[in-house]
Amino acid sequence: MKDSQPVFAGIDVGASRTKVVILDRNQQIIGRAVVRSGTDFEAASNQCLTLALDMAGRVAEQIAKAMTTGYGRKNVAISQESKTEISCHARGCYYYFPRPITIIDIGGQDNKIIKLDASGKRLSFKMNRKCAAGTGAFLEEMSARLDIPLENLDGLARQSLSMVELGSFCTVFSATEVLEKIRQGKKVPDIVKGLFFSVIKRVMEMDSLSEHVVMTGGVVAHNAYLVSMTEEMIGRSILVPEYPQLTGALGAALYAIENHPNQHFERIS
Amino acid sequence: MAEEKKVVRKKIEATVQMNRYMSDYFYELNEADKTRSRKIAWCTSVGPAEILRAMGFLVHFPENHGAMLGATRMSTEMIPIANASGYSPEICSYLTADVGAYMKGVTPLSRAYPGIDRVPRPDVLVYNTNQCRDVQDWFAWYAAEFKVPLLGIHTHRGVKDVGDAHVASIASQMKALIPQLEAISGNKFDMDKLRHVLALSKECSGLWKKVLDTASAKPSPITFFDGTIHMGPAVVLRGTHTAVDYYNLLLAELETRIQNKVAAVEGERFRLYWDGMPMWGRLRDHSDLFAGAGVNVLASTYCNSWIFSAFDPEDPFNSMARAYTELFIVRADDAKEAYIRRMIEFFKVDGIIYHDAKTCPNNSNCRYGMPQRLEALTGVPSLTINGDLNDLRLVSDEQTKTNVEAFIEQLEEK
Repeated sequence: MKDSQPVFAGIDVGASRTKVVILDRNQQIIGRAVVRSGTDFEAASNQCLTLALDMAGRVAEQIAKAMTTGYGRKNVAISQESKTEISCHARGCYYYFPRPITIIDIGGQDNKIIKLDASGKRLSFKMNRKCAAGTGAFLEEMSARLDIPLENLDGLARQSLSMVELGSFCTVFSATEVLEKIRQGKKVPDIVKGLFFSVIKRVMEMDSLSEHVVMTGGVVAHNAYLVSMTEEMIGRSILVPEYPQLTGALGAALYAIENHPNQHFERIS
Repeated sequence: MAEEKKVVRKKIEATVQMNRYMSDYFYELNEADKTRSRKIAWCTSVGPAEILRAMGFLVHFPENHGAMLGATRMSTEMIPIANASGYSPEICSYLTADVGAYMKGVTPLSRAYPGIDRVPRPDVLVYNTNQCRDVQDWFAWYAAEFKVPLLGIHTHRGVKDVGDAHVASIASQMKALIPQLEAISGNKFDMDKLRHVLALSKECSGLWKKVLDTASAKPSPITFFDGTIHMGPAVVLRGTHTAVDYYNLLLAELETRIQNKVAAVEGERFRLYWDGMPMWGRLRDHSDLFAGAGVNVLASTYCNSWIFSAFDPEDPFNSMARAYTELFIVRADDAKEAYIRRMIEFFKVDGIIYHDAKTCPNNSNCRYGMPQRLEALTGVPSLTINGDLNDLRLVSDEQTKTNVEAFIEQLEEK
């Protein structure tokens, strides 16, 4: 019976959002969910897991193996095993795009650039420094300053006719600069596009890009226009997986399958 | 909650003896400070300490004090005090921590050595800019504060090959110190005393090199983190019998470990090289982070900086000039790259960690493309971590941890 088959869970406890992917033994995504991480990682991961299992029509007892990743990967009891988000994002992206790729992940509080060879082996990785510039936190701060809901940024940026370029990468200085642009009478869509451009510039300075570029992360998932702007900047199209916010959780779930000691997938609960 | 792996890093028995020697050194300085029985010179850590010792000075090393401020995590509280008096948070955090602590009237020496309540007051300050220009400004602040002479050697920087012209220039600057030091110390310069001190320094340097070279054994009997602690005598006591005695003791212990295949990090899975400054306030955390994963960071450019192979008691000034200019930190990138390539091969390392220390550009060797060039040449992967030697406001522990763990996962995939 299909519903009695074991499943595998990948739990990505990010600084901003917690994501869960449930895979069946054939590596197909049958459940997924995203919730705010908040301050209680344990509660967030339990809630997220429940939502994903509900979507999959399964129960926790059917989880043959779970793997955690992300900022809070060692703060949840669901699994004793974890891998860094670098490895999991790489694994998740290679699942969709099995070729040499450069992954740009723009998360809530950090950015990553990861390079893989044709076999999926990691060649290098870079994370942003101790600074939130160019991350989701930057856009969150700006949306608060501009009093615009986060989810409206993408639509506004698309309306821009004359982008306002911001000089500063620093979140605090940028906020001051944005207020100055408003005082100067600049249009909000042009400023928002400038904010997107600022994020892209910050990411581009982290590392060089190989031929095939993949973009992932919550910022990418909710702001497709940012991908279009990046494509324009680098002069070629960019690959985006089906669920760009879930590649870390997907990678963790794939590792869960790979690391499961029993090929017959006996239940562990 | 996921459990952290058990940390296994073997303790070095000789540490007890080192602590005694270091204690004696600091109490001797304190006694001289309180009684003014001996003249005290402050010296940069790779400065002309041998000349000062030969002329009868006791020598205090502010960089050693700066590292103590970092290791005790006092530094981050002291740095803003210096910042507020005009010393930027962007400059050397040894300088800002040390000056800030002085302004506040505190020292980590008080914690470690009861009865010592201040750094010893100098009669003269002698720097060498072979490491950076910051030492000059650092010492100048104290010269003004204590109203004592400030002397210095200005070393060429970015040197590709150390030539006779470099040596002649530095040797003549060293000789020019002598008349001034004679006036301050009241002692006549004695070449035989200098030869004697230099011979002891050379012996210390040779033993220290042997100690560090034990890390080439598999498994390594020592870690970089051990090195940062056990280099103490090489910094503050070179030129004395004490330092020689200590490194003979330490070397014997490490050689015994090699014979018995005793690993400093149990189950050594990977061997890494550290380039750049230590993060003094995170030594234990970093040691645990790597050791917990079965990884030994076993060698470093930093600890090797107190190896002075060129010392020659038969030709003191020229050989000191050469030794203090041959240092890694003085050199051009091509010389540095050749050096690290030799280290990769000698220590048989699987990867390199570059510490990009925010306030120490001269000892952050990842800012001009070196990691990329070396990786292309050797195939040995590297990781750059951002931080600082003393200013913990510039350190993100979670990012460091994730970066290191991800790097180890990358090594596992190879």
